[in-house]
Parts: sequence; structure tokens; C-alpha cells
Amino acid sequence: MTGRYHAPFAEHGSHTVDADIANRLLRIALEKGGDYADLFFEYSVSGSYVYDEQILKSARRAVSMGLGVRVMKGDATGYAYCENFSFDAMKQAAVTAAQIAAGGQPVAPLAVSMRDAPSRYPVEVESLDVDGELKKAILERADRAARASDSRVVRVDASFGESIREVLIANSRGHMAHDRQPLIRFGLHVIAEDAGNRQSGSSGGGGRMGLEYFDGQTPEWHAEQAVRQALVMLDAREAPAGEMDVVLAPGDSGILLHEAVGHGLEADFNRKKTSNYSGRVGEEVASTLCTVVDDASLEGSRGSINIDDEGQLPTRSVLIEGGVLKGYMQDRHSADFFETSSDGHGRRQSFRSHPMPRMTNTMLLGGQDAPEDIIRSVSRGVYAKKFGGGQVDISNGDFVFSLTEGYLIEDGKVTAPLKGVNLIGNGPDAMRNVVMLGHDFEVSDGSWTCGKEGQSVPVGVGCPTIKIASMTVGGTQVAGG
Amino acid sequence: MSEAEAKALVDLGRSVVERTIAGGADVAEVGVHSGSHLSVKARVGEAELVEEAGSRALGLRVMVGRRVASTYTSDLSDTGQRTLIEDALELARLSEPDEFAGPPDPSELSSESQWAELDTFDEGVSRISAEEALALALRGERAAFDFDPRITNSEGASFTRARGVSVLVTSGGFAGSDQGTYASVVINPIADDEDGKKRSGYHWSSSRHYADLEDSQAVGAEAARRTIAQLGAKKLPTQELPVVFDKDAARSILGLFAGCILGGAIWRRSSYLVDRVGTRVASELVDIVDDPLLPRAPGSRAFDGEGLLSRHNVIVEGGVLQTYLMDTYSARKLGLNSTCSASRSPAGGISTTTTNLILKANTQSRDQLIAETKHGLYVTGMMGFGFNAVTGDFSRGASGFLIQDGELSHPVSEVTISLNLDQLLQRIDAVADDLDHRTAIASPTFRVSSMTLAGA
Repeated sequence: MTGRYHAPFAEHGSHTVDADIANRLLRIALEKGGDYADLFFEYSVSGSYVYDEQILKSARRAVSMGLGVRVMKGDATGYAYCENFSFDAMKQAAVTAAQIAAGGQPVAPLAVSMRDAPSRYPVEVESLDVDGELKKAILERADRAARASDSRVVRVDASFGESIREVLIANSRGHMAHDRQPLIRFGLHVIAEDAGNRQSGSSGGGGRMGLEYFDGQTPEWHAEQAVRQALVMLDAREAPAGEMDVVLAPGDSGILLHEAVGHGLEADFNRKKTSNYSGRVGEEVASTLCTVVDDASLEGSRGSINIDDEGQLPTRSVLIEGGVLKGYMQDRHSADFFETSSDGHGRRQSFRSHPMPRMTNTMLLGGQDAPEDIIRSVSRGVYAKKFGGGQVDISNGDFVFSLTEGYLIEDGKVTAPLKGVNLIGNGPDAMRNVVMLGHDFEVSDGSWTCGKEGQSVPVGVGCPTIKIASMTVGGTQVAGG
Repeated sequence: MSEAEAKALVDLGRSVVERTIAGGADVAEVGVHSGSHLSVKARVGEAELVEEAGSRALGLRVMVGRRVASTYTSDLSDTGQRTLIEDALELARLSEPDEFAGPPDPSELSSESQWAELDTFDEGVSRISAEEALALALRGERAAFDFDPRITNSEGASFTRARGVSVLVTSGGFAGSDQGTYASVVINPIADDEDGKKRSGYHWSSSRHYADLEDSQAVGAEAARRTIAQLGAKKLPTQELPVVFDKDAARSILGLFAGCILGGAIWRRSSYLVDRVGTRVASELVDIVDDPLLPRAPGSRAFDGEGLLSRHNVIVEGGVLQTYLMDTYSARKLGLNSTCSASRSPAGGISTTTTNLILKANTQSRDQLIAETKHGLYVTGMMGFGFNAVTGDFSRGASGFLIQDGELSHPVSEVTISLNLDQLLQRIDAVADDLDHRTAIASPTFRVSSMTLAGA
């Protein structure tokens, strides 16, 4: 065994959890009855480094570990956790979670055995095991490149984050699974000032990999991107307001899809009939150009997972094909309800939270059009290049997104940069209004984090250039009479 | 939390401080957090979730010379504590000297005899059992369904209670503990709208003391009323118009302002309010204070994250910016004094924070304010993250109601409202009297004379 940080519950750990211990705890969890129980052991270590004002200003590390026990009876969930792996503490968590089924007869769990899982993020040397001086050097390079590139750059800060999350899951249906999930994240933020005008720009990326990430996307490349964005925005003008055509750039724009469509296809909202996609499998819910998948198997991607947080094996789920709704993203609970099998979308933020259907890497697949033809087809509209973030109302699909970099399109050409652009619309409407799709599909390198009911998980997004006919652009400039 | 438990946490903190100093640190500061909570959720008349657990964690911040590092662990075993200390010392040697870093001067630290009694702890909160909590949530959801037959579904009704204690021990000589309780109820009904759309709405109540929590049936009925009121919402044509922000929406605007007055944003020059102290940043109707000393309020505390005595800070008076909020570090960066506004995260980092940030109430009622608005938008909800702190540019999705001839008319959704925050606050031409202290950032209803609405 190499490396510095290892879970106490793993083989050779201080509190190794084997099939026997898992079975004993599951039996306690189902002592009051209950249809299902699972154990979620987690050990996570994260580190972060902040390079600010040309020094490595802070370095941090955090260790978090515990066991979450879940017992289900019908649609009701009992949940408890403990933060150490002594048998007494784990037993107490199982007893507490078991209360949800109070009054029932003991149920015997199936004996667990370990599942084989794929290996989608093989990392030779985990970042946490690499000498800190090397990470400092990467941040220094980014800082130096950004400062050297333009005299209008007045502030630069760069940060690097790294983590390892080791999980062991056992459930009363006899499954046990283990995974070790590495993740790194780099971010660079610059402020440029010119004649009293101040704008910011940023660039970043990462994924489930080690420092080899920087062989492809160098710190200097990120510096160039961040500075370019800040300088472009110095010339930005007020955005138009009203309905117009919108062209989304490839890659990052997938976040719009994640919000506008993805959440509504998570099975819990459909089990509860609170999504606008409830009961619509087999119906045409998008333009026939659209095929949407959620794919946990992309090698090294931020959203990829070998097993989900219920010990299921996720693959590639086709959600919408040629505009027709094919299915939802299932966790175990919803899969039981829909009488299907879980497709591995049960995820949770940590052992302190219960799992629910979540996305992994959500992507709208590429089409036939040349990106330049798509721009050329727009007489007046907005080109959305970089997204800040977005939000959706699941119940009706209404969404809002803000752009951190966007341009006006005039007579088929991308022209002036715009500031303060918001896109507002309705997911199903926007998907029906997809009229052109580029052949330039890209997976975003952005560090996207998805929040749902207070739980955050890392996700990936991807898409080609997309033209949406008529969307509301929220700027400040009302078109003249 | 008994006295003995709090003392045990202080002793643990003290022991980690001592071992860290012995290991070679010049400064060691330890936060110990301990808490427990119960969360229940009911949905469509059935229990959906009962979650109960307690947790403890240690956060350590060290300095070796002027080099800073911090570590955190939920592993309180001997091995866990040893790793916490060793990692912190190793990381401190990696980081580089920061001449502004360092704790406040020991003479500035507060002590127990100075701390205000803020009444933030209620033993009664912890006595609510899982059964009682579920019954309370179910009653609230039932009240929402009973309110109107158009309430056809529910995202659920939740009740949460929590208690926690935080201890801070520093090598500079500070030792203190702060405890609090919290209870909340949230109800989230869903109605069917005409065009096959669903409309989701919610209402909530939260308090430090159980007795101050609103009755769940009243919360459920109000949640239903809000949900039903949104039925038939439509876009408006793109236009310039006056916008009235109800107190929830107003609070969210004040939250954006809050992020722009923090010392860290100022010395980083990442706020539109850089170099603006002493200048007009809002209309003369606007007074904003940060008050950590309000009894039973959500953001109240007797001392800050560095052990300095909490104090009432006037931020905006008659529209003129009086001060930024600063911790020791950002104060040194700006050549000023700390406003006792440090926040220490469980993971050990220190930053500046607001406590109870309040835009003061005026005398006019909300209804009067609407009545004197001939044509405008009444905003009850906002969506998205369209705010750039560096420039103040603001554009977010909004929902609410059209105001016509001084009365609320049809509901509105799928529009955005935009205006630079600097201008938005300067254009406030009416402030109502409906302020409450349910939230750590609180504002009454106010009106902005003109904003851009983008819609159909």
C-alpha cells in the first residue's frame, strides 16, 4: 500500500470493515423491520492552496470520516451517522436509524459480497502524495504568466484544491462495493483595470486525475484565458433586453442543459410527480435534434464515478433520444417505485447525508451543423460563451442563467462583448426551440458543482454549439421604439 | 450543553494549543465544534425522513513566524489529533511569510465578564422528539392542502432542530465558548396551473427558541396562499418600471450589498464599493447596521472569530457609507481597525462576516407603499446568480405581481430585472415598516424608482 492517507475501514486499516462486520450492522439496522438498509463508510481528505499577492498565503488540509446508516420502510427513510468506527458507535447509529420501522419484526439481510467495479480514474500518483512545493510552483507559474501578459492586470489570485474520497458501501440486498475517488481543481481569478473601469476574468478546471492535468492545460494557458476574458469585458457594453435568438458555445453551455432539463429528469421528482417531465416517458419533449445522455464513465471527468453512493454500477444513461423522453435517472428507492433497476445515480455529499438521484456528466450530443453556419444564421442575438451559474424551478422548468462572457451577434457576426447578461426561459420550451446543433461537441473542463436539497456533488457537462430560437435575454438596454 | 461538557471542549482545545506550540508553532488557535440535530420530513401525509445525529470536529490554525496554515478533522482519536497538528506544522512551512498575518494584540481580547447575554440557547428545543416533530410537520402540510383544493401535491414539510457549541482557544490567551439552538419549519406545496405547468411555493419559520417558532399550520396556510397566488403567472413586455421588493426579495438584495462591504473584498479590490467610505452609496432613506447584540437573533454572538468583543456597527447612515466590516487581517491591509467582524470557519480559516445585517424600517406600511405605486412590479422571488461584485452589475430572474393603480394585479414570472446595484440602492424612494429578525440579513419592503424588466 502506497500513499499517506487511507481509510481506517479499508483492508489493513485500524478498523477494517469486512463482510462479517457489515452483516452484523445490517442485521441491527433491520431489527425493527424495514425493507432495506445500507451502510455508507466514508473517509475523505482534502487540501487547498491559495496563492495571493505573489505569495502562497494559505495552505489547508481537512480530514472527515464516518459511517451513515440508512433504513427504509416504504417511502420513509431513517438516517443516522457516527464519526468513528468503534463497533459501539456504529451499532448506536444502526439502532437510531432502525427506529423508522418501529414495531415491525426483525428482517434478515442477505449476506454481503464484494462487487467488481470499473476503473475510470486510474491515477499513478495521487495529488495529496505529491510534494507541496510542486503545487506551489504551478500556482506561481499561473500568477507570473497572468501578471506578465498585460499591464492592466492589477490583481491575480490562484488556487489549487485536491481531495481523496474513499467509500465502502454495504446493503441488505447482499452488495458490497468500494471506491477511491481522486479529484483536483485549479482556479485563477484576475482583475484588470483601465481608466477607472474594473473587470474580472477567470479560468479553471480539473477532474478525477493527478497533476498530469497540467501537462494538457498548463497554468500559462489558464492565465491567458482569464486575462483575455477580463480585458474583453473592459470593453463590454450594456446588454440588450428582450426576446432574441441565442447561440450557446460548446462545452460550458452544457450547464444550461444540466439545469433546464437534467434536474427535471431526476427520478425522485418524477416518483413524487413534482417534475414537469412526470409521466411523459415516450413523449416528444425536445426538438428531434436533441439526444441527451448522462454518462458516469468518461475517463477522468469530474462527474465520473465507478460506483454510486448506494454501491450500484452506473454507466451511460440515455435520457432523451431524437427528442423523445426515454427515462429518468434512478436511485435505488425510485427504481423500486418504477419497477426498474437503479442505473447508478444515487449520490450524496457525505456520510452525513442520505442519497438521492443526482447527475454525473450530463451531455447534449453533437449535430450536423458547422458552428460558423450557426452564427451566420442569426441576424440579431446573443452568443453565450462562459456561464457563471444557474438555477431552475423543477416544478415547471423555469430557469435563469448568468453569463460571465457573452457577445452580441449582429448580421451573422459575433461583435461587441456584453456585460450583465442573464438568460431566462423554460427548460422544455428551450429544448423544443433548439433549431441547429454543431458538430463540435465538447466536454467542459469547468469545476461544476451541483447543489440539491443542501447537498453538493461534483458534476460534468458537455454540448456542441447550440442555436435556440427566441429566448429572453435580461439586459438593461430596452430596444429603441 | 452542560457546563461540564463545555469545559471538556475548552480543555480539549487547550491541550491541542499546547501540543501545537510545543511542536514548533508560534501561534496556535483551535476551534472545537460540537452539535446535534434532528431533521424530519413528511410528504403527502406520510413520514419521509427521520435523521438524527451528533458530530464533533476540531479546526486548527497555526503560524510559524508569519507563515499561516490550517487543518481540520472529524477524527478526534489520538492519531487524528496528531495528524491534525503535524499536517498544520508541515503546511505552515510550505506557505510563505505574510507580513499582515497574525492574531489581534492580546490586550484587545475580550473576556467572560464583558460578554453580553444574548439568549440564543433554549433547552426546550432539544426536547422535541422525532414523533412530535413529524406530527408538527404533518399538521403544517395538512393545513396547506386544506387551504385550497388547487394544492394538489407537495414537496414536503420539514422540521429541524439543532443545538451546538463552539469553543475558541488561542495561544494569545483567549478561551471562550458560545452555544446556540435553532428550530425551523418549512412547507413546500405544489399547485397545478392552467397550461399543465406546476407551481411550487413555500413558506417557513425559524427561531432560536421553540416558543418563538410560528405554528406549523399557519406556516402551511401561508405557503399555500403564496403558491396559489402565483397561478396563471405571465411574462410582461420589456420595459422600464418601478420595482417593489417584498422583504424576502429585499433581503436578498441586501445580501449582495453585504458581500461588497467586507474588508476582504475591499483590499482585494473586488467590490464596486472600493474607496467609497464617506460617499453616498444609497438613497437618504437607507440606514444599514450590523448588530451582533440583538437577543435571540440568528446572527448574534458575544465575541467574534478572533475573540474580540462584539459591537454594533453603523454601515450606512442617511445613504452615506460609514465603514467597511473588517477582521484584524483586512483592517491591517486597509490601515484601519478591526470592527470585530471576524468569522472563523470550522476548517480554521478566518474571514470577515456580517452578523445581523439590518436595513432599518421606515414608518409607512407595505400596503401604503404599494397603494402609492401607480404602475410597477412587486417582486416576491428571485432566481439565478446574476451579480458581479466588481462592477455592481445586477440582473436576476424575478417573479411576483404586476402593480396597477396601486393594487396587486396578475402574477408575473419568467422575466428578469436589471440595474447596477449602486444605482439600485440610490433609487430607493420608499421603505416600509415590515422589518423582522427571522434572518441574519433582514430588510423591510422597499421600492426602487426604476429598473429594466426584460420579458416578452
